[in-house]
Amino acid sequence: MRNILIIGATSAIAEATARRFAAGGARFHLVGRNAERLAAIARDLEIRSGQPVVSESLDLDHLEQHPALLERAEQALGGIDVALIAHGTLPDQNACQQSVEKTLAAIHTNALSVISLATLLANTFERREYGALVVIGSVAGDRGRQSNYVYGAAKGMVSLFLQGLRNRLSGKGIQVITIKPGFVDTPMTAAFEKKGLLWAQPDQIAQGIVAAVERGRDEVYLPWFWRWIMLIILHIPERLFKRLKL
Amino acid sequence: MATTAPASWGRYPSSHPHRLLPCRDARVPALPDEPQFCLPFGNGRSYGDICLNNGGALLLTRGMDRFIAFDPVTGLLRAEAGVLLSEILALIVPQGWFLPVTPGTQFVTLGGAVANDVHGKNHHLAGSFGGHVRAFELLCSDGSRLTCTPERNADWFRATVGGLGLTGLITWVEIQLQRIANPWIVAENRRFARLDEFLTLNAEYEARYPYTVSWIDCAARGGALGRGIYMAGMHAPPGLMKPPPSERRALTVPFAPPVSLVNNLSVRGFNWLYYHLPRPARGLTPFPPFFYPLDNLREWNRLYGRPGFFQYQCVLPPAVAREALREVLARIAASGQGSMLAVLKRFGDQASGGLLSFPRPGFTLALDFPNLGQKTLDLLESLDQVTRQAGGAVYPAKDARMSGDSFRRYFPQWVEFSRFIDPRFSSSFWRRVMKD
Repeated sequence: MRNILIIGATSAIAEATARRFAAGGARFHLVGRNAERLAAIARDLEIRSGQPVVSESLDLDHLEQHPALLERAEQALGGIDVALIAHGTLPDQNACQQSVEKTLAAIHTNALSVISLATLLANTFERREYGALVVIGSVAGDRGRQSNYVYGAAKGMVSLFLQGLRNRLSGKGIQVITIKPGFVDTPMTAAFEKKGLLWAQPDQIAQGIVAAVERGRDEVYLPWFWRWIMLIILHIPERLFKRLKL
Repeated sequence: MATTAPASWGRYPSSHPHRLLPCRDARVPALPDEPQFCLPFGNGRSYGDICLNNGGALLLTRGMDRFIAFDPVTGLLRAEAGVLLSEILALIVPQGWFLPVTPGTQFVTLGGAVANDVHGKNHHLAGSFGGHVRAFELLCSDGSRLTCTPERNADWFRATVGGLGLTGLITWVEIQLQRIANPWIVAENRRFARLDEFLTLNAEYEARYPYTVSWIDCAARGGALGRGIYMAGMHAPPGLMKPPPSERRALTVPFAPPVSLVNNLSVRGFNWLYYHLPRPARGLTPFPPFFYPLDNLREWNRLYGRPGFFQYQCVLPPAVAREALREVLARIAASGQGSMLAVLKRFGDQASGGLLSFPRPGFTLALDFPNLGQKTLDLLESLDQVTRQAGGAVYPAKDARMSGDSFRRYFPQWVEFSRFIDPRFSSSFWRRVMKD
């Protein structure tokens, strides 16, 4: 039985992942913003796992509340085995370009609050010498593109931060896993036209996340083919790349 | 959140909804603001156009897929309407419970099972699905929410069970499950050479088995008319079980070929083989292949090619069933159409719970027909003549072509039903059968 903390538990990917963990036996502590939706998900996971689920609704932008939050989760679960950080927003790139405030708010939610939680969790895990920290990043964090570089910059910062953390904690029995999903059919991406082979369902990503934890992976592109797409995109010279409409 | 425009299982008719509105949880404050007609769309397993809404909006319910309550002691289960029966089975079977009634695929939503008042192989004992529904919530377009039970808001309950999604959005459903000792089925198979033999076998087996159904060779004519295989089953008693079988890998039909792979030649060949192949008379089988033989061939509807296919399911009253069944089978055999998938079963005498429920006492026959255009439509219309004359009915969940006149004769309670249709709800099916 694993003790799992999920931050951003109402996200479609997080919910699908929780269901997969529940099927294998798990106890959950859930954190999310929308209290009503969170309660429905908590009840559902209780039925699926046969274990009581604790949930609390919180605005994760309030970084000063993070230490107490993790304290409560640690207590309720009797030690966190797996922490999944899945919260985030998809900011409107055009609106951000016109507003420093919106840009910084997006960076705050998608990068700073994640880094705050990751720092605290890593230190807890390091003291105990076990634990898995799983963070949902994005392929958008691999290279800046005009269509979503604010979101991409936040995800890129998280990605670099986790690389360093992984390096620091390597050999200490702690997993630091960066998940980089491509296009996923979720409410967050509701505004997009979702046609074509590149779009994945949340459950496909969930399956990859559970497998990454089981196999102790470091950085995982989901679905797998994004690794190769991003490899190509990363190797396009900037002189050329800057002229592409991406 | 659908990636493509939703289609029904028969892949006919094609449909162009004006808007797709994903419903993510049962607690949505109200229906999305939408000037066009709405219709709930679950998992697209009904065959014709009851789940389509050409030019209108579809409320996609698969996002409402949470369990709300489950009591492993009493077997009472409450879940959001977009949960699939397969997801329910995955939860309840290991805890010794089973669906009270299940259709031939587990990939239907709970809400769809209510809205079509589906039936299964145990109809002669258990009646239809609606009879096991203890409560549900109906969200109306004016924002009101009705909790309906057989006693409370009973008129709305009767209208919504079998109500084809037209009375509002079902947000959650509570059903009473049945106890099982293990996931195994004691199954028995018997070949029968003609229709009369089926009738004799049926009387005998119905008394002993809760689940009965027959496969019919609809290509056989003359002396062999109505030959087939009788299949009966019961949940295995405690102690009688094998170690869990290895998970069967599902195959997927990758794409729809331009023409149907199901044709006169392949049907004759398949049916001859299927009828004559030796099979164990009695044995223990896991429940999925017994109840859901086609669920492991994903997207099997693509076998019928790009034009899609029709399903025809009628029920014929007991008094005239023998003659009417012979007539229907003779017309199909003579036409050279029809497919491998033909099943025959007796419905019990239990009254169904809904105003528009299809199950009623008699024999029900269900067949698939590749869509060959007018030729197929003419055959189905000629089958309708027999059904009408017999005083039977055709199943709306499987229909894409019956005339409005036929529908209103089969379902005389449509007049009373129409008072309960939500003013902002409609479907391609409903507009079709109200037209002429």
